[in-house]
Amino acid sequence: MSEHLVEVSGLTVEFPVADSFVRAVDGLDFTLEAGQALGIVGESGSGKSTVAFGLLGLHRGTGARVRGSVRVAGVDVVDADDTELRRVRGGLAAMVFQDPLSALDPYHPVGDQIAEVYRVHRKVTRRAARARAVEVLDRVGIPDAARRARSRPHEFSGGMRQRALIAMALACEPRLLIADEPTTALDVTVQAQILDLLHELRAETGAGLLLVTHDLGVVAGSVDQVLVMKDGRAVERGPVAEVLGTPRETYTRELLAAVPRVDAPVAVHVHPGGGSTAEDDGVLLEAVDLRREFGRRGATVAAVDGVSLTVRAGETLGVVGESGSGKTTLGRMLVRLLDPTGGQLRYRGRDIGTLGEKALRPLRHELQMVFQDPASSLNPRRSIGESIADPLRAAGELDDRRIRARVGELLERVGLDPDWYHRYPHEFSGGQRQRVGIARALAPEPRLIVCDEPVSALDVTTQAQVVELLGQLQRDLGLSLVFIAHDLAVVRQVSDRVAVMRSGAVVEHGTADEVYDSPQHPYTKGLLSAVPVLDPTEAAARRDARRAVVPG
Amino acid sequence: MSGTAGLLAGETAQVSPAAGASQVWRRLRSRRAALAGAIVLAALVVIALTAPLLTAIEGQDPTTYHDTLVNSASGGVPIGSFGGVSADHWLGVEPGTGRDVFARLVYGAQISLLVAVGSTVVQVLIGVVVGLTAGLGNRFLDQLLSSTTDVMLALPSLVFAIALMAVVPSGFPRPVLLMLVIGLLGWGGTARVVRAQTLTLKELNYVAAARLGGSSRWRIARRELLPSIAAPVITYAALLLPTNVVSEAGLSFLGVGVKPPTSSWGQMLSSATTWFRADPAYVLLPALMLFATTLAFTVVGDAVRTALDPRAASRIKVGTKGADVSDARAATGPQAATVAAPVRRAGANADNRGEA
Amino acid sequence: MTGYLTRRFLGMVAVLFALTAVIYAVFYVAPGDPAQLACGLKCSPVQVHQLRGQLGLDEPVYLQYAHFLKGLFAGRDFSAGAGVLHCDAPCLGISYRTNEQVTDMILNRLPVTASLALGAMVIWLLLGIGSGLLSVLRRGRLTERLLTSLTLAGTAVPVFIIGLLLLLLFCAYLQWLPFPTYVGLSQDPQQWFWGLLLPWTSLALLESAKYARLTRSSMLETLAEDHIRTFRAYGVSERRLVTRHALRGALAPVIALSALDLGTMFGSAVLTETLFGLPGLGKLIVSSVNILDLPVVVGVTLVTGFSVVLANAVADVLYAAADRRVVLT
Repeated sequence: MSEHLVEVSGLTVEFPVADSFVRAVDGLDFTLEAGQALGIVGESGSGKSTVAFGLLGLHRGTGARVRGSVRVAGVDVVDADDTELRRVRGGLAAMVFQDPLSALDPYHPVGDQIAEVYRVHRKVTRRAARARAVEVLDRVGIPDAARRARSRPHEFSGGMRQRALIAMALACEPRLLIADEPTTALDVTVQAQILDLLHELRAETGAGLLLVTHDLGVVAGSVDQVLVMKDGRAVERGPVAEVLGTPRETYTRELLAAVPRVDAPVAVHVHPGGGSTAEDDGVLLEAVDLRREFGRRGATVAAVDGVSLTVRAGETLGVVGESGSGKTTLGRMLVRLLDPTGGQLRYRGRDIGTLGEKALRPLRHELQMVFQDPASSLNPRRSIGESIADPLRAAGELDDRRIRARVGELLERVGLDPDWYHRYPHEFSGGQRQRVGIARALAPEPRLIVCDEPVSALDVTTQAQVVELLGQLQRDLGLSLVFIAHDLAVVRQVSDRVAVMRSGAVVEHGTADEVYDSPQHPYTKGLLSAVPVLDPTEAAARRDARRAVVPG
Repeated sequence: MSGTAGLLAGETAQVSPAAGASQVWRRLRSRRAALAGAIVLAALVVIALTAPLLTAIEGQDPTTYHDTLVNSASGGVPIGSFGGVSADHWLGVEPGTGRDVFARLVYGAQISLLVAVGSTVVQVLIGVVVGLTAGLGNRFLDQLLSSTTDVMLALPSLVFAIALMAVVPSGFPRPVLLMLVIGLLGWGGTARVVRAQTLTLKELNYVAAARLGGSSRWRIARRELLPSIAAPVITYAALLLPTNVVSEAGLSFLGVGVKPPTSSWGQMLSSATTWFRADPAYVLLPALMLFATTLAFTVVGDAVRTALDPRAASRIKVGTKGADVSDARAATGPQAATVAAPVRRAGANADNRGEA
Repeated sequence: MTGYLTRRFLGMVAVLFALTAVIYAVFYVAPGDPAQLACGLKCSPVQVHQLRGQLGLDEPVYLQYAHFLKGLFAGRDFSAGAGVLHCDAPCLGISYRTNEQVTDMILNRLPVTASLALGAMVIWLLLGIGSGLLSVLRRGRLTERLLTSLTLAGTAVPVFIIGLLLLLLFCAYLQWLPFPTYVGLSQDPQQWFWGLLLPWTSLALLESAKYARLTRSSMLETLAEDHIRTFRAYGVSERRLVTRHALRGALAPVIALSALDLGTMFGSAVLTETLFGLPGLGKLIVSSVNILDLPVVVGVTLVTGFSVVLANAVADVLYAAADRRVVLT
């Protein structure tokens, strides 16, 4: 039988918005053969997740309009009745969701949840289903699976939960695995482990894989074929090496060009005080053994545990670390949004770590911050002009005309229309909102801006533009930047010097080239080897290297 | 467009220019039930304001006894059908005393609305001040005010109100006393809602940005927090209004509300309990008025909540599923908040550990 | 968990103390002259002065409060004219009017209010949760719209209106039921039931509207969560989604609220008791207020306050136990 594992033709999905419909997927065709892996790549709003959901008929009953045909393992998903559809779901094709914490039922033990799914598709006893759950949990690398099967999801770490979800997907030996951004919520080292696991399982079970992701690096090492989507349509499709190596379409090329690379710095930095100089007068901000503890009633946890670093005038210091490394806490302390619980924070030679709010106020404007989430960093009820003007007004600038003019200037500076003073945040895209956030940080004419994950919520092309803007501003205004991110590639792209953080401490620091090209600390080495690369051959080589290091 | 609905829509306009005041108003207007409720409320306000005029047109007043219109042999049942309806007494007369029912109902609307609105204002004012101060203050202040709020919520408000109404010297003007007692006993929920909202908002990055911009605590409260707190407060106040109408009627029903000869629906219902067999009309009329008032307040409040709910906008994206959720959420009003609050507190503990 | 329970318990005790202080302050210190109230309007100033001495009201306030607290834990004596009235351990004072111990008066009334509250709770939980679930299962159909409108209207009706209308219908018009009278459960269970049927129904009808709405909203919220989507994507049937994965989370707030409401009911059943003439706590406070019997008023206020505080604590613990996601620290 020459039937495809997945055959999608003319798939169109429309969601009801107000009185009309918005088309999320527009006439999509593709096929996937048994045992093959297809990556669907696209930026947000490209419709890639909608396609994944469509394969399991999950749009049924949501008010969405689905047209075209979707056949999975021989079943017509669009026309199948509910019983038939339930047989496909989990039995023939199983989904691994993005956020493993919310995707599991918090009230039941993980093993029971897997057993329940197993019993939906197989007529077996409860005991047999439990045994099967332990078996698959063990298979995905959960240590002491028999005991851990009785734990509830919140007792697992993020990576463990994602493994548990994969175990659930494996339970009924489906012919197709659908993974919807399976590693987006995870740290880079865990991401590598999960991707390796998926790869292994595929080789072992012969199941097909449909991997949906925004990250080109993730598909490079994990799939055979790639489908690039934009605005609900397929832009380009082909073998992964071809699409990533010699893309035919302009959009694919743009996408690839925007991906920051950890192996080669993109921007060349010109900065007055930085580089090889050891002059002390270049130092703007200095942290000495800075600490911050959280918690009360005795049980305290040090989020930042004795960090010492310096920021010189005009340079960019990159701070890189995984979640829980304390990098955000550090960033907030540097601008005194959080009070240090120990150590010193010296700004231009003066200890500002212990200054009270009043004494600090004259200095406030010199230390600004750009936040991660553009949605929560702007007040939705105030126009962007008012938000940007706020520091000016707070400083006592009363002349409304001068304020308007200054805000207009700032908007122009960050690449927005100066006439947009009266617009509200919801009228802007994520990237534009981040530009507004940058304009607001610039308004009080600061000397130093701490950027906390400024681009991690943005699509890759937007990311590149915002990074470019920050570099431009730094050159023009002689700003010092502290650039905090989890993404090693982005940090390398912008930083003169880099500090690597882990568990509240800096494990390694040096110039960007030193840290990236000849890492000294094993943690840094591990991080760097886990970063996905765009070259499929290189990706495969790295996977083998990782497997050699960590057997089993 | 007059009355409460208009007032609420006006406030909405200040609250959320972002969502579009006209959009909120359109959402309000598109609900037929809400429109009907608003009309009923407007009519009630007009009736309450023009009570002297209306009774003058009828040619009666709410306090004069008409012994001739009740059958003293049967203990005072009104003579005539439907409780003594006649051209002079449009809705009949009160059993026992023969006072004009229409006049008493119309003046009862005055008391009902006055006390309800007044006590809601007291509740909201105290609740916002306490909640905001607790949310923004240091740990000690927060602990103090939150405990005070807990004690307030633990007071058996009806019992306490009955007792308070009884011990306050009788010289004190009763409607004002009712407003104060209901208001002072009922601000706990608002305070909790405002505190929770403040704590959430305080953690948002735009508040941090305002601090970095050199704004003082007071300036942040005024410019960044208050506008965002207004929407939930209005929603909550809209749910408090019908509760307060019922509270006033209840206290008057128990004989500790307004004192005769001032008329109140609750009081009429109370005396109706002894007459319900002989004169059912006398039960039904005040019951109907009271029911119409609370129902209108509830329906309008429900619509205001839906219209102000930010999720109402996002339902578009998720299709029908989301619509149900935003419709049903918080549907349970003031009391649900008191349950949700401790739970939320426990949740906040879990989230407060910072990045580590 | 034990740490949480201990802290919750200590917090509860603290609130209870604050409650006694507030209530004591409000009634004995703030407004007027309790002795004057106790004596009645026709007393001469000399009589009032005498009475003040007898009641210990001439002592400093903190001493009075201390005596009051001592009475609560160890009992106390009151001088009454020539003799001495002893008031046993949980002493809430002695009635100005009947010289009965307030604690006894309250204990006598408690079974009535408890019967009313518990019976009503059974009805409102069945009715409320049932119709809430029904409206979720019949989403988008006429049943749902009907139930939604009905419950919205239901939350708006005061209990004395429903009660009066029920009386009018069943006692006056149809004459199916006699006017409700309270007969103790131990005396005659059947009469107890028939006597309480109307009061239960009036109370429960309104409460069930609230519960229906809460059940519905809570259920819909849970059904919209991601983990429900997971199991739907694994072929689990809709009915099983509701019963196994949504119900537990959705009912947690319902259970918590019902514990709270049961506690509140001891105070808020006043209206129902007054309307139907049931000799419960509410009736007691209303009649005591009318004859200005201050110790009884304070006693009932305290007892109802205690029940609310207790219910609050129980609700918290129940919720925490039902919802594993709430971290107990």
